[in-house]
Amino acid sequence: MTLERFLIIGAILFAIGLYGALSKKHAIAVLMSLELMFNGVNVTAVALSRYTVPKALSENIENAASFLLTGQVFAVFIITVAAAEVALGLAIIIAIYRSRSTVLVTEAADMKK
Amino acid sequence: MILGEGTEGALITELVFWVIALSTVVSAIAVVQIRDLFRASLFLIVTLLGVAGLFILLRAEFLAGVQLMVYVGAISVLIIFAILMTRDLEEGSTSHSFRIPVALVSLILMGVSIYAISNTEWNIIGSETLNPDQMNQAAHVFTNGIPTLAKLLLRDFVLAFEVVSVLLLAAVLGSLALVRGR
Repeated sequence: MTLERFLIIGAILFAIGLYGALSKKHAIAVLMSLELMFNGVNVTAVALSRYTVPKALSENIENAASFLLTGQVFAVFIITVAAAEVALGLAIIIAIYRSRSTVLVTEAADMKK
Repeated sequence: MILGEGTEGALITELVFWVIALSTVVSAIAVVQIRDLFRASLFLIVTLLGVAGLFILLRAEFLAGVQLMVYVGAISVLIIFAILMTRDLEEGSTSHSFRIPVALVSLILMGVSIYAISNTEWNIIGSETLNPDQMNQAAHVFTNGIPTLAKLLLRDFVLAFEVVSVLLLAAVLGSLALVRGR
Protein backbone atom coordinates (compact mmCIF):
# COMPACT_ATOMS: atom_id res chain seq x y z
CA MET A 1 0.00 0.00 0.00
CA THR A 2 2.87 2.36 0.65
CA LEU A 3 4.17 2.14 -2.90
CA GLU A 4 0.78 2.02 -4.56
CA ARG A 5 -0.52 5.25 -3.10
CA PHE A 6 2.44 7.23 -4.42
CA LEU A 7 1.99 5.64 -7.85
CA ILE A 8 -1.73 6.46 -7.77
CA ILE A 9 -0.98 10.12 -6.98
CA GLY A 10 1.43 10.13 -9.93
CA ALA A 11 -1.24 8.65 -12.20
CA ILE A 12 -3.84 11.20 -11.03
CA LEU A 13 -1.46 14.12 -11.63
CA PHE A 14 -0.62 12.76 -15.08
CA ALA A 15 -4.29 12.36 -16.01
CA ILE A 16 -5.21 15.87 -14.81
CA GLY A 17 -2.27 17.28 -16.75
CA LEU A 18 -3.28 15.34 -19.87
CA TYR A 19 -6.81 16.73 -19.63
CA GLY A 20 -5.51 20.28 -19.29
CA ALA A 21 -2.92 19.97 -22.04
CA LEU A 22 -5.44 18.63 -24.55
CA SER A 23 -8.43 20.82 -23.69
CA LYS A 24 -7.06 24.29 -22.94
CA LYS A 25 -7.07 27.13 -25.46
CA HIS A 26 -4.55 29.37 -23.72
CA ALA A 27 -0.96 28.36 -24.59
CA ILE A 28 0.36 29.13 -21.10
CA ALA A 29 -2.37 26.96 -19.57
CA VAL A 30 -1.18 24.14 -21.85
CA LEU A 31 2.39 24.65 -20.58
CA MET A 32 1.19 24.56 -16.96
CA SER A 33 -0.66 21.32 -17.60
CA LEU A 34 2.54 19.89 -19.12
CA GLU A 35 4.28 20.75 -15.85
CA LEU A 36 1.62 18.74 -13.99
CA MET A 37 2.34 15.74 -16.25
CA PHE A 38 6.10 16.04 -15.66
CA ASN A 39 5.51 16.09 -11.92
CA GLY A 40 3.33 12.99 -12.05
CA VAL A 41 6.07 11.14 -13.90
CA ASN A 42 8.69 12.33 -11.40
CA VAL A 43 6.68 11.12 -8.42
CA THR A 44 6.24 7.75 -10.11
CA ALA A 45 9.94 7.37 -10.93
CA VAL A 46 11.12 8.29 -7.43
CA ALA A 47 8.51 6.07 -5.75
CA LEU A 48 9.46 3.09 -7.91
CA SER A 49 13.16 3.51 -7.21
CA ARG A 50 12.44 3.93 -3.49
CA TYR A 51 10.35 0.79 -3.07
CA THR A 52 11.07 -1.73 -5.81
CA VAL A 53 14.02 -3.61 -7.23
CA PRO A 54 14.10 -5.17 -10.72
CA LYS A 55 13.51 -8.90 -10.43
CA ALA A 56 16.21 -9.89 -12.91
CA LEU A 57 18.74 -7.69 -11.13
CA SER A 58 18.01 -8.68 -7.56
CA GLU A 59 19.81 -12.04 -7.88
CA ASN A 60 23.28 -10.82 -8.78
CA ILE A 61 24.01 -7.20 -8.12
CA GLU A 62 27.15 -5.92 -6.50
CA ASN A 63 26.41 -2.20 -6.44
CA ALA A 64 23.20 -1.40 -4.57
CA ALA A 65 23.36 2.27 -5.50
CA SER A 66 22.86 1.57 -9.17
CA PHE A 67 19.35 0.25 -8.63
CA LEU A 68 18.28 2.18 -5.55
CA LEU A 69 18.72 5.73 -6.82
CA THR A 70 18.32 5.44 -10.61
CA GLY A 71 14.80 6.85 -10.42
CA GLN A 72 16.10 9.93 -8.67
CA VAL A 73 18.72 10.42 -11.40
CA PHE A 74 15.95 10.16 -14.01
CA ALA A 75 13.91 12.73 -12.07
CA VAL A 76 16.88 15.14 -12.05
CA PHE A 77 17.15 14.88 -15.83
CA ILE A 78 13.38 15.24 -16.28
CA ILE A 79 13.39 18.42 -14.16
CA THR A 80 16.26 19.86 -16.21
CA VAL A 81 14.59 19.10 -19.53
CA ALA A 82 11.31 20.54 -18.20
CA ALA A 83 13.08 23.76 -17.26
CA ALA A 84 14.58 24.05 -20.75
CA GLU A 85 11.18 23.29 -22.29
CA VAL A 86 9.40 25.95 -20.24
CA ALA A 87 12.01 28.61 -21.10
CA LEU A 88 11.75 27.82 -24.80
CA GLY A 89 7.96 27.45 -24.75
CA LEU A 90 7.37 30.78 -23.05
CA ALA A 91 9.79 32.47 -25.47
CA ILE A 92 7.83 31.06 -28.41
CA ILE A 93 4.53 32.14 -26.84
CA ILE A 94 5.80 35.68 -26.32
CA ALA A 95 7.16 35.81 -29.88
CA ILE A 96 3.77 34.70 -31.23
CA TYR A 97 2.01 37.24 -29.01
CA ARG A 98 4.24 39.99 -30.41
CA SER A 99 3.71 39.10 -34.04
CA ARG A 100 -0.05 38.45 -34.01
CA SER A 101 -1.19 39.51 -30.49
CA THR A 102 -2.84 36.25 -29.50
CA VAL A 103 -1.90 33.50 -27.09
CA LEU A 104 -4.64 31.04 -28.01
CA VAL A 105 -3.43 27.82 -29.59
CA THR A 106 -6.55 27.68 -31.73
CA GLU A 107 -5.66 31.01 -33.35
CA ALA A 108 -2.05 30.06 -34.01
CA ALA A 109 -2.79 26.73 -35.65
CA ASP A 110 -1.00 27.54 -38.92
CA MET A 111 2.63 28.61 -39.06
CA LYS A 112 2.36 31.38 -41.67
CA LYS A 113 1.80 35.00 -40.70
CA MET B 1 10.13 -6.14 6.12
CA ILE B 2 10.53 -3.15 3.86
CA LEU B 3 13.92 -1.53 3.87
CA GLY B 4 14.43 1.93 5.31
CA GLU B 5 11.12 1.84 7.14
CA GLY B 6 11.71 4.35 9.91
CA THR B 7 8.75 6.41 10.95
CA GLU B 8 6.61 5.05 8.14
CA GLY B 9 3.30 3.77 9.42
CA ALA B 10 3.37 6.14 12.37
CA LEU B 11 0.21 8.18 12.75
CA ILE B 12 1.86 11.55 12.16
CA THR B 13 3.52 10.35 8.93
CA GLU B 14 0.20 9.06 7.66
CA LEU B 15 -1.43 12.37 8.51
CA VAL B 16 1.30 14.37 6.75
CA PHE B 17 1.02 12.11 3.70
CA TRP B 18 -2.73 12.51 3.38
CA VAL B 19 -2.59 16.30 3.87
CA ILE B 20 0.10 16.63 1.19
CA ALA B 21 -1.62 14.21 -1.19
CA LEU B 22 -4.98 15.88 -0.86
CA SER B 23 -3.66 19.42 -1.33
CA THR B 24 -1.55 18.33 -4.31
CA VAL B 25 -4.44 16.68 -6.14
CA VAL B 26 -7.02 19.36 -5.28
CA SER B 27 -4.78 22.21 -6.43
CA ALA B 28 -3.87 20.26 -9.58
CA ILE B 29 -7.59 20.09 -10.37
CA ALA B 30 -7.82 23.81 -9.63
CA VAL B 31 -5.01 24.49 -12.13
CA VAL B 32 -7.06 23.04 -14.98
CA GLN B 33 -10.46 24.28 -13.76
CA ILE B 34 -9.99 27.91 -12.70
CA ARG B 35 -10.65 30.39 -15.49
CA ASP B 36 -8.37 33.14 -14.16
CA LEU B 37 -4.94 32.14 -15.41
CA PHE B 38 -3.05 34.04 -12.71
CA ARG B 39 -4.86 32.20 -9.92
CA ALA B 40 -4.33 28.92 -11.76
CA SER B 41 -0.58 29.60 -11.76
CA LEU B 42 -0.70 30.21 -7.98
CA PHE B 43 -2.40 26.82 -7.56
CA LEU B 44 0.32 25.31 -9.77
CA ILE B 45 2.84 26.54 -7.18
CA VAL B 46 0.85 24.75 -4.44
CA THR B 47 0.96 21.55 -6.50
CA LEU B 48 4.72 21.85 -7.02
CA LEU B 49 5.22 22.39 -3.27
CA GLY B 50 3.11 19.30 -2.60
CA VAL B 51 5.26 17.25 -4.97
CA ALA B 52 8.35 18.49 -3.10
CA GLY B 53 6.72 17.22 0.11
CA LEU B 54 6.07 13.84 -1.53
CA PHE B 55 9.77 13.69 -2.48
CA ILE B 56 10.72 14.24 1.17
CA LEU B 57 8.33 11.45 2.23
CA LEU B 58 10.05 9.24 -0.38
CA ARG B 59 13.50 9.94 1.17
CA ALA B 60 14.60 12.03 -1.83
CA GLU B 61 15.67 15.17 0.02
CA PHE B 62 18.02 16.33 -2.72
CA LEU B 63 15.24 16.13 -5.29
CA ALA B 64 12.93 18.06 -2.96
CA GLY B 65 15.52 20.84 -2.85
CA VAL B 66 15.92 20.77 -6.62
CA GLN B 67 12.15 20.87 -7.00
CA LEU B 68 11.91 23.91 -4.72
CA MET B 69 14.71 25.78 -6.49
CA VAL B 70 13.91 24.92 -10.11
CA TYR B 71 10.12 24.64 -10.14
CA VAL B 72 8.89 26.80 -7.28
CA GLY B 73 11.74 29.29 -7.55
CA ALA B 74 12.34 29.64 -11.27
CA ILE B 75 9.69 28.07 -13.50
CA SER B 76 6.70 29.48 -11.63
CA VAL B 77 8.20 32.98 -11.71
CA LEU B 78 8.80 32.58 -15.45
CA ILE B 79 5.19 31.45 -16.00
CA ILE B 80 3.77 34.33 -13.94
CA PHE B 81 5.93 36.79 -15.89
CA ALA B 82 4.65 35.41 -19.18
CA ILE B 83 1.04 35.56 -17.97
CA LEU B 84 1.44 39.19 -16.93
CA MET B 85 3.15 40.11 -20.22
CA THR B 86 0.36 38.63 -22.34
CA ARG B 87 -2.52 39.67 -20.14
CA ASP B 88 -4.31 42.43 -22.04
CA LEU B 89 -6.68 40.41 -24.20
CA GLU B 90 -7.68 38.57 -21.07
CA GLU B 91 -10.40 36.04 -21.64
CA GLY B 92 -9.16 33.51 -19.13
CA SER B 93 -8.09 29.96 -19.75
CA THR B 94 -11.11 28.59 -21.56
CA SER B 95 -11.41 25.15 -23.05
CA HIS B 96 -12.37 24.34 -26.60
CA SER B 97 -15.19 22.08 -27.72
CA PHE B 98 -13.17 18.89 -27.32
CA ARG B 99 -13.46 19.17 -23.53
CA ILE B 100 -15.82 16.28 -22.82
CA PRO B 101 -14.09 13.58 -24.95
CA VAL B 102 -10.70 14.69 -23.63
CA ALA B 103 -11.97 14.43 -20.05
CA LEU B 104 -13.31 10.95 -20.84
CA VAL B 105 -9.97 9.85 -22.32
CA SER B 106 -8.05 11.16 -19.30
CA LEU B 107 -10.47 9.48 -16.88
CA ILE B 108 -10.15 6.17 -18.73
CA LEU B 109 -6.35 6.47 -18.71
CA MET B 110 -6.39 7.20 -14.98
CA GLY B 111 -8.71 4.29 -14.26
CA VAL B 112 -6.65 1.85 -16.30
CA SER B 113 -3.38 2.93 -14.68
CA ILE B 114 -4.83 2.75 -11.15
CA TYR B 115 -6.22 -0.72 -11.95
CA ALA B 116 -2.82 -1.81 -13.25
CA ILE B 117 -1.00 -0.30 -10.25
CA SER B 118 -3.18 -2.02 -7.68
CA ASN B 119 -3.12 -5.40 -9.44
CA THR B 120 0.63 -5.70 -10.01
CA GLU B 121 2.87 -7.84 -7.82
CA TRP B 122 5.59 -5.33 -6.99
CA ASN B 123 9.06 -6.63 -6.22
CA ILE B 124 9.41 -4.58 -3.03
CA ILE B 125 12.89 -3.93 -1.65
CA GLY B 126 13.18 -5.90 1.56
CA SER B 127 14.43 -9.05 3.21
CA GLU B 128 12.48 -11.29 0.80
CA THR B 129 13.99 -9.90 -2.38
CA LEU B 130 17.56 -9.11 -1.30
CA ASN B 131 20.19 -11.15 0.50
CA PRO B 132 21.63 -9.76 3.78
CA ASP B 133 24.74 -8.38 2.07
CA GLN B 134 22.67 -6.43 -0.44
CA MET B 135 20.42 -5.28 2.40
CA ASN B 136 23.43 -3.77 4.16
CA GLN B 137 24.50 -1.98 0.98
CA ALA B 138 20.98 -0.72 0.42
CA ALA B 139 20.69 0.58 3.98
CA HIS B 140 23.99 2.41 3.46
CA VAL B 141 22.63 3.96 0.25
CA PHE B 142 19.50 5.13 2.03
CA THR B 143 21.39 6.81 4.84
CA ASN B 144 23.95 8.33 2.43
CA GLY B 145 21.59 9.36 -0.34
CA ILE B 146 23.26 12.49 -1.65
CA PRO B 147 26.89 11.20 -2.02
CA THR B 148 25.56 8.12 -3.79
CA LEU B 149 23.44 10.28 -6.07
CA ALA B 150 26.49 12.42 -6.86
CA LYS B 151 28.50 9.30 -7.76
CA LEU B 152 25.69 8.09 -10.01
CA LEU B 153 25.26 11.46 -11.72
CA LEU B 154 28.93 12.17 -12.30
CA ARG B 155 30.17 8.65 -13.04
CA ASP B 156 27.53 6.27 -14.38
CA PHE B 157 25.35 8.89 -16.07
CA VAL B 158 28.05 11.42 -16.89
CA LEU B 159 27.33 11.39 -20.63
CA ALA B 160 23.66 12.21 -20.10
CA PHE B 161 24.70 14.85 -17.57
CA GLU B 162 26.91 16.65 -20.10
CA VAL B 163 24.38 16.32 -22.91
CA VAL B 164 21.69 17.82 -20.67
CA SER B 165 23.90 20.80 -19.89
CA VAL B 166 24.41 21.40 -23.63
CA LEU B 167 20.64 21.08 -24.12
CA LEU B 168 19.99 23.65 -21.40
CA LEU B 169 22.49 26.07 -22.96
CA ALA B 170 20.91 25.61 -26.39
CA ALA B 171 17.40 26.17 -24.98
CA VAL B 172 18.42 29.36 -23.16
CA LEU B 173 20.22 30.74 -26.23
CA GLY B 174 17.25 29.82 -28.41
CA SER B 175 14.74 31.53 -26.15
CA LEU B 176 16.95 34.64 -26.00
CA ALA B 177 17.13 34.71 -29.80
CA LEU B 178 13.34 34.29 -30.01
CA VAL B 179 12.33 37.11 -27.67
CA ARG B 180 15.05 39.58 -28.70
CA GLY B 181 13.55 42.64 -30.33
CA ARG B 182 14.81 43.40 -33.80
